[in-house]
Amino acid sequence: MARYFTDEHEWIDLEGDLATVGITDYAQGQLGDIVFVELPEVGKMVEKGGEAAVVESVKAASDVYAPITGEVMEANAALEDDPALVNTSPEEDGWFFRMTVADKSELDGLMDAKAYKAFCDAL
Amino acid sequence: MRYLPLTDTDRSAMLAKVGASSIDDLFVDVPEEARLSGPIAGLPMHASEMAVEKHMRALSKKNLAAADAPFFLGAGAYRHHVPASVDHIIQRGEFLTAYTPYQPEIAQGTLQMLFEFQTQVARLYGCEVANASMYDGSTACWEAVAMAARITKRDRVVLSGALHPHYAEVVKTMAKFTKDEIADAQPSIQPEADLEGLIARIDETTSCVVVQYPDILGRISDLSAIAEAAHAKGALLIAVNTEPVALGAIKSPGELGADIVVGEGQSIGVGLQFGGPYLGLFAVRDKKHVRQMPGRLCGETVDAEGKRGFVLTLSTREQHIRREKATSNICTNSGLCALAFSVHLSLLGEKGLRQLAAENHRLACLTADRLARVPGVSVLNANFFNEFTVTLGQDARVVVRKLAARGVLAGVSLGRLFPGVEALANAMVVATTETTTEEDIEALGAALEEVLS
Repeated sequence: MARYFTDEHEWIDLEGDLATVGITDYAQGQLGDIVFVELPEVGKMVEKGGEAAVVESVKAASDVYAPITGEVMEANAALEDDPALVNTSPEEDGWFFRMTVADKSELDGLMDAKAYKAFCDAL
Repeated sequence: MRYLPLTDTDRSAMLAKVGASSIDDLFVDVPEEARLSGPIAGLPMHASEMAVEKHMRALSKKNLAAADAPFFLGAGAYRHHVPASVDHIIQRGEFLTAYTPYQPEIAQGTLQMLFEFQTQVARLYGCEVANASMYDGSTACWEAVAMAARITKRDRVVLSGALHPHYAEVVKTMAKFTKDEIADAQPSIQPEADLEGLIARIDETTSCVVVQYPDILGRISDLSAIAEAAHAKGALLIAVNTEPVALGAIKSPGELGADIVVGEGQSIGVGLQFGGPYLGLFAVRDKKHVRQMPGRLCGETVDAEGKRGFVLTLSTREQHIRREKATSNICTNSGLCALAFSVHLSLLGEKGLRQLAAENHRLACLTADRLARVPGVSVLNANFFNEFTVTLGQDARVVVRKLAARGVLAGVSLGRLFPGVEALANAMVVATTETTTEEDIEALGAALEEVLS
C-alpha cells in the first residue's frame, strides 16, 4: 500500500484500484476542533482539484479537494456521528471517502511521507 | 476601513476598474424616463425648517391613513393593535447592546431575546429550529427555495397559484441568478384551493413545492396531502404564512408536514409602518437540516463557570466565515422587529394569542355575513381565518377606488395583485383584525351597497 500527500494537506492511500482520502494530522491541528464533515455522495464524479468535501471546525469551514480524478465509492459514515475522529485519528479512522483512480499518472506529482514532512516543516 | 469621504481620484480609480466612464453609467439599468435629470419642478431648492414642516403637514392631511377609516386591507400586511407596552419595553437599556452580537460577553440581552424569539417562532410554526429572523416574508420564502435546492440537489420549483404574487415575484427575481427553474401559476377562483392540480405538478425533478397557508385568497387547506405527495417524489414542502395570528387558531404548518416554514411576522408587535421594515420568520421542522439553514442562529450554552448563557452558533454556514459558499448572503437579522415580535407575543402568551385569534376570526365571520347580504356580492371561501375573498360582479379595482372616495378602505382587489388577469379582476380580498369594529363592518356593508347599486 502506498501513501501519498498533497500540498492541500490531504493523504491518499492507494490499495489496488481504490484510493482512500483524508486530511493530514498537520491539517487537523491547524483547523482545531472539527464539528462537522460534509461528505460527497457515493457515485459522485470528482475531478482532481475540484471540491469533494467540506470540513468545519469551530474556527472555519474549509473545502477538501479531490486529490485525483475518479468516482466516489464510499464515504466514512462514522464521521457523521463523530466528526472529532478527524482530530483523534486523522490518518486512520478519520478518513473521508474512498474513490476510484481514473488516471494513475495523476499520482506522480504527489509527495511521499518524507517529502510532505519537509513541506510542512518549511511552512 | 476609513470613514472618510471619497476623493475624486478614488472615484475615478473605482470607475476605471469597473469600466464605467461616469457615475451616471452605473444607473443605465434604470429606464431613462425614470431618471432625474435636474431639479424637481415646483420643489424649491431651499426652505426653512418651519416652512417644510407646515408643507409636509398639509401634504399628510391628504392621506387616508389606516387608523382613520374603516380598514379592511390585508393580503400580506395586517393592521393589528400593538400595545404601548411593546414600544416601552423594546427601548430598555438591556436590549441596546451591539446590533451584531458577535461578542457574547457584552450582548447577553440581545442574545437571550433572540433565543427566546427563535423558541417562539419554532413553537408557532410547529418546527424544531427557527433562526434569528430574515428581512421579510418574501425574502424568507426565497431563502427557503434556495435551501430546498441545496438539500435535494434539484432545481425545479413549483409555486402554488395561491402564493402571494409578490412573494412569487421575489422568488423569480432571485432565481434569475441561480439554476432554479420556477413554475408559477395563478389562483383559481374556487371555494377551496386546487390541491390535486398542485400535486399533479410535482415530479421526480421537483426540489420543493411552495404553498401559502392560509393562502392569498384566505383559504385554509390541510397541507398533509401535499406534504405526502411531495415527500413521495423526494421533494420538500415549503409553507408560507403571512398572518402569524392565524396560528393561534389553526394547526401549525410543521404539524401538517411542511419541511420548511417561513413567513411574515409583521402582524405581531411590528405594525404596518408604511410597508417596512418587516420581519421574516424562518424555521425547519427537522433539525437534521439545520446546517443548510440561512441566517443567524442563537444557541444556549454554559459559560466557564457553568452558568447559562447565549451565543451565536453554527456560524460556519454564514457569509462572514464561509464567504461565497455560505448558505445565504444574509449576514444579519431584523433585530429590532424580532424584539418587538417577541415582546408582544410574550405579553399575549399562548392563551392570549388564542383569544386574539378567536376575536379576529369572529369579526371576519361578522364581516363575511354582512357582505353576503349585499346584492351582487358573494363570499368565495369555504373557510377562512381573518381574511376572505368576495366576488363583486364588476371590476373590483374600480369599486375599491369608489369606496376609498367614500372614506372606506375596503380591501385589496385581485386586479391589483394580479394585473391583467381577467378571471380575477372582479374579486377582492377583505381582512379584519381585532381593530375592526362592528361600526366599521356596517360602514363597509352600507358603502358597498351604495356603490354596487
